[in-house]
Amino acid sequence: MTVQPTPPPQGGCRNAPVLKERGQREVFCGLTGIIWLHRKMQDAFFLVVGSRTCAHLLQSAAGVMIFAEPRFGTAILEEGDLAGLKDANAELDREVARLLERRPDIRQLFLVGSCPSEVIKLDLSRAAERLSQTHAPRVRVLNYSGSGIETTFTEGEDACLCSMVPVLPATDARELLLVGALPDVVEDQMVGLLEAMGIGPIRLLPARKIDDETAVGPNTVFALTQPFLGETAAALRGRGATHIAAPFPFGEEGTTAWLAAVASEFGVDAETFAAVTDAPRARARKAIAQASEGLNGKTVFFFPDSQLEIPLARFLTRECGMTALEVASPYINHALHGPDLDLLPAGPQIAEGQDVEKQLDRARAARADLTVCGLGLANPLEAEGLTTKWAIELVFTPVHFYEQAGDLAGLFSRPLRRRGVLKLEAAE
Amino acid sequence: MKLSVWTYEGPPHVGAMRVATGMTGLHYVLHAPQGDTYADLLFTMIERRNHRPPVSYTTFQARDLGSDTATLFKDAARDAYERFQPQAMIVGASCTAELIQDDPGGLAEALNLPIPVIPLELPSYQRKENFGCDETFFQIVRALASPIERTPEVTCNLIGPTALGFRHRDDVEELTRLLADIGISVNVVAPMGSAPADIARMGAAHFNVLMYPETGEAAARWCERELGQPFTKVVPIGVGATRDFLSEVAVITGLPCKADESRLRLPWYSASVDSTYLTGKRVFIFGDGTHVAAAARIARDEMGFEVAGLGCYNREMARPIRALAKDFGVEALITEDYLEVEDAIRELQPEMILGTQM
Repeated sequence: MTVQPTPPPQGGCRNAPVLKERGQREVFCGLTGIIWLHRKMQDAFFLVVGSRTCAHLLQSAAGVMIFAEPRFGTAILEEGDLAGLKDANAELDREVARLLERRPDIRQLFLVGSCPSEVIKLDLSRAAERLSQTHAPRVRVLNYSGSGIETTFTEGEDACLCSMVPVLPATDARELLLVGALPDVVEDQMVGLLEAMGIGPIRLLPARKIDDETAVGPNTVFALTQPFLGETAAALRGRGATHIAAPFPFGEEGTTAWLAAVASEFGVDAETFAAVTDAPRARARKAIAQASEGLNGKTVFFFPDSQLEIPLARFLTRECGMTALEVASPYINHALHGPDLDLLPAGPQIAEGQDVEKQLDRARAARADLTVCGLGLANPLEAEGLTTKWAIELVFTPVHFYEQAGDLAGLFSRPLRRRGVLKLEAAE
Repeated sequence: MKLSVWTYEGPPHVGAMRVATGMTGLHYVLHAPQGDTYADLLFTMIERRNHRPPVSYTTFQARDLGSDTATLFKDAARDAYERFQPQAMIVGASCTAELIQDDPGGLAEALNLPIPVIPLELPSYQRKENFGCDETFFQIVRALASPIERTPEVTCNLIGPTALGFRHRDDVEELTRLLADIGISVNVVAPMGSAPADIARMGAAHFNVLMYPETGEAAARWCERELGQPFTKVVPIGVGATRDFLSEVAVITGLPCKADESRLRLPWYSASVDSTYLTGKRVFIFGDGTHVAAAARIARDEMGFEVAGLGCYNREMARPIRALAKDFGVEALITEDYLEVEDAIRELQPEMILGTQM
């Protein structure tokens, strides 16, 4: 088996002209990342300092059901906080004290900035320092911005992880740091594969708990598991760590290329690599072949959502036989997305940013067999006769690495299959 | 500052969206940052509508602040007019835009669009979703309706239903049928189902049926004052309330208003022996004021339950709900904090909980 993926014969998309658009964006803000981050970090609480809109966004996007108290909430700014009648900082201190008293399980608290808190210039980094001193050593308080004026959807995770880099302990050890919040089951598979090749010690960012041994230093090498962590990568480089560039681990090919890049950094020989990966590679190929049957020969159009678009387009075109018509991403970062762009066969319109009305015009003209878009657009496009896949599910569902590769293809083929099975007309 | 894990109501501009999305031929230009478009999914996913809300968001970013957010707004308003060709437009700010004080109303006026442009002032840091519905609908009616000749036969408007309302579509259907039974046809249903041109025809009705005070009372009062239309005060949910409503309509119209009750099954079901086990079951009722008042009466008088406690989350309805609670011999719980509702339920240990929200 070959390990390095072959570049497309007609060339890739790294140098393709990019349609840059500016206008109405039909995407979530960075606050939404809290929904998966709070599940990942089991001793963390995310406190948004924002408006009723922020609170409403979180509960609507998360579909919050109050069966258990979630580990996130919103400190809602009121008229008095804005008019300077009350000291917003004193109010914040009081709410935090009350929260930490009620929730002794909380070991790390993130103060999350929002559009209103940014606009009124509430200094959450100073608040975090102050509250850290007050509540140390039990609780560490950090801050980041998930505001819509600064972050797009998955950039919220980037901002969160980035805020943790400066407080990571220093180390001189040669360690592999894997960066990006993945579901525990996927993370375990990833670590299992790498450890089976003899790579270690392996550290994770974010760690599941504050006491886990994640550190960083000049001998740290790190790999990203998500394509939206540019700021975090820069912060890690700032602490001396080295980035391993690779295509992202989606599908059999992406996973193999990603593992191979890490393996080569750690000098793993070809036999060991094959011994560890041959069986799961074969399983992944088989699963993809089954799940992607309905995708072969079909076209796909990506609206910008999570920055997963380019790696996923690479997966769908190379492993599922699809043709991409447009691949739009909120941001394109060549340092991160370059390896995937190299492999994505030339042809699709690559777009960055969004002007949603114009893009809808293009999507309607393209009439792709499958349109990947956000929740606000999916049903209206279905009503217009297009088949859609909700992009957000790609962020919330385990889709990375070999064992999920079939499921990933299945996420895209299910809407098409459903079109085929529904028979709503009269029988005769 | 108040810590909230879950809220009963969204911000007021979501109320404005509920009005706009229920209507046709109206477009809402909302000065708002990226992310506020989440509200679209309330309608496309939670309500499962097959079209996008008629809302354009200006999507300003940090780098626009202090430079040209006003230009962004004007461009968005002009583009929205050209693309959607609405009969009228509403313009306003979300919570963040309220802070940067760009004055969407003034900016839109300066564009001199050839359609009515209605500015909305929805204070995000004081008020909430229901207020947003009520105020938006009121401003639309005030701008577009005027006294016109009444229809020759007795007609009414149904006012209050919006997109994303609690059973609003079903209520409109049932009420229209009920009124048809007694010979009254519906002139306009608004805001849901109406276009700006329909709002202009509202004055032709002889009276208004106020379906939900939460979302239609300000407009009903304005119509009473400016168009000379009385409005009904009883919300026809439940058997007794519907009968009272019909009496009220009889007084307003002078018509006999005898409804066909051949399809009405509740009184017999309640009287039949297999309902005896319902007797005295203790229920707790919490939700919006209108539905709580209706459910309380149904629970006690039509099902034979004991109302152990009741309350509402919308402060606008605090006064009538407190009065109602007194009549039921309980203390009203008026709060938007679900933890307080949880505490009340825990303390009262009811056998059933009735609510408009989870």
